[in-house]
Amino acid sequence: MSSVHDTLLANRESGKGSLVGYYPAGYPTVKDSVDALVAMAQNGCDVLEIGVPYSDPVMDGLVIQVATEEARAAGFVLRDLFDVIRQVRAKVSTPLLVMSYWNPVLRYGVEKFAEDMLASGAQGMITPDLVPDEAAHWLEVSQSKGLDRVFLVAPSSSNERVTANADASQGFVYSVSTMGITGERATLDSLARQLVGRVKSLSETPTCVGVGISTAEQVREVNSYADGAIVGTAFVKAYRDEGLSGLVAKTKELAAGLG
Amino acid sequence: MKLSEQVGPYYGEYGGRFVPEPLIAALDQLEATYEAMRIDPGFIAELAELHKTYTGRPSIITEAKRFAAHFGDIRVFLKREDLNHTGSHKINNVMGQALLAKKMGKKRIIAETGAGQHGVASATAAAFFGLDCVVYMGEVDTERQALNVARMQLLGAEVIPVTSGSRTLKDAINEALRDWVANVDSTHYLLGTVAGPHPFPTMVRDFHSVIGYEAREQMLELTGKLPDAVAACVGGGSNAIGIFHAFLDDEDVALWGFEAAGDGVDTPRHAATLSMGTPGVLHGAKSYMLQDADGQTMESHSISAGLDYPGVGPEHSWLKDLGRASYHGVTDAEAMSAMKLLSQTEGIIPAIETAHGLAGIEHLAKVLPAGAHILVNLSGRGDKDMETAAKYFGLMGDK
Repeated sequence: MSSVHDTLLANRESGKGSLVGYYPAGYPTVKDSVDALVAMAQNGCDVLEIGVPYSDPVMDGLVIQVATEEARAAGFVLRDLFDVIRQVRAKVSTPLLVMSYWNPVLRYGVEKFAEDMLASGAQGMITPDLVPDEAAHWLEVSQSKGLDRVFLVAPSSSNERVTANADASQGFVYSVSTMGITGERATLDSLARQLVGRVKSLSETPTCVGVGISTAEQVREVNSYADGAIVGTAFVKAYRDEGLSGLVAKTKELAAGLG
Repeated sequence: MKLSEQVGPYYGEYGGRFVPEPLIAALDQLEATYEAMRIDPGFIAELAELHKTYTGRPSIITEAKRFAAHFGDIRVFLKREDLNHTGSHKINNVMGQALLAKKMGKKRIIAETGAGQHGVASATAAAFFGLDCVVYMGEVDTERQALNVARMQLLGAEVIPVTSGSRTLKDAINEALRDWVANVDSTHYLLGTVAGPHPFPTMVRDFHSVIGYEAREQMLELTGKLPDAVAACVGGGSNAIGIFHAFLDDEDVALWGFEAAGDGVDTPRHAATLSMGTPGVLHGAKSYMLQDADGQTMESHSISAGLDYPGVGPEHSWLKDLGRASYHGVTDAEAMSAMKLLSQTEGIIPAIETAHGLAGIEHLAKVLPAGAHILVNLSGRGDKDMETAAKYFGLMGDK
């Protein structure tokens, strides 16, 4: 399988652009989440993000909060994450990142978490509440194991921080489109384009834009200036409302926004 | 370096800033403003004047002789934070942060609340300074504390019930953080305890340290010496740090924090974070917390809504590991018994939170030498807890 970085660059070069799809492990059950992620990969997602259900998801809006609560209520435990990765990896070669708040990783053991990600077939991790300033151990472990690490940059980040966070990232750096939490927005904030402009002028690291993207038009727009569009809430909502077929339809619909 | 000179972001391995990147700029701005203001003579004088003319500082010390007599040969001194405006120590921090919000040009404050005390104090400061105020409160707590919801609304604040997660204080903090991410330009997050990302633990401690500095002087004047022990209840830990801070470098003064042991620390229903928890990251800082094997935050339980929190401020974790402060669990039953005892021996009805600190006296009387002087932070009054107390003691009657 190819790396996240190479996939994004190749898709950019060909003019296609990339769709990065988020879906939480264990929602609504472990098995269902495997099927969902495989379907997303088979119907147009270029990179997968597997979310780790967590008790205190401060970056997430209600749709993802409720879905991850349901996953935990249905019995999801952390070791299930690696089963989900393994089963998805057995079926598709799409590059795959874990998205986790920091405490579950810390509690599991940073080194062991990294080893288990690697062994199950994940390429790295996005850490929404871990900034590079606090990430010394993760920087060291991800470096030594060759895992991607994706940090966030935001419209409020200073140029110094944009540079530092982008340079510390491996795979891509996550540009938060707007000052807010995950969830659909009717229009994309103009802050997103400005932020990506800063990332591009300050760092070589590719960047994908996330938060608030839910239409093919927005996917197309973001790919006109960034290296990929990240969609989460819209996929979770599609599954919630219409099951696997709804998710497949939503994936195809959004992938149509690619070139 | 003296222990009292320690400031964030780190207290040993604890503290830090484990928050999403969008919040870092706001924390940087807050830190820079606070660093400038904490040594600014104008700011210091303005806050002192507010405390004198609005909060009601300095708070007095009352010796609790009839209460102390129940525990043998000891003397007990109560630092009367219950006499502050709004009825608890919370106002010390709220006035300081609201003044900072004004200096930063923020027109709106948001706050989390469990029992409603910090929410009421925040709504009060917002009314006083002419700021918009939104208080996030778990839906479970808005039902348990309907009267405090009405108080906040009367003061002009908007109270938003939080329906996510466990629908209690922990989730109210999450929701306040989500609001802050989206409104950071206009809004200051007025966090109510010594937890959260840097600079909150240091800043909130500083605003409450007035409690200990006053008490230290008052004890010297009253008894000619420092107390043998200083005691306080610990939830997030703000009133405890407030009274501990002035004594951190007085090695002969023992520092005791009393946590909510709920049904008992040998049951799953407690909030004894320092006694029973493990280090982890919650609400932006590394500290002791109640978590399961997967790092999921566990739900805490206490009869006192103000102590019903699965985390604690990072400075307490540091003081625990250093052995400088000791932490001990007090059950619901022990706290309620102390609430009744103080009411009936001294004519002072303490908040149930505070009653945990008072219940600790029984433990201290056993471990301290005869004649020991114990200073207790009487952090809040019990009016807000009358419904709980009436139910607990069966005082409602059938009518």
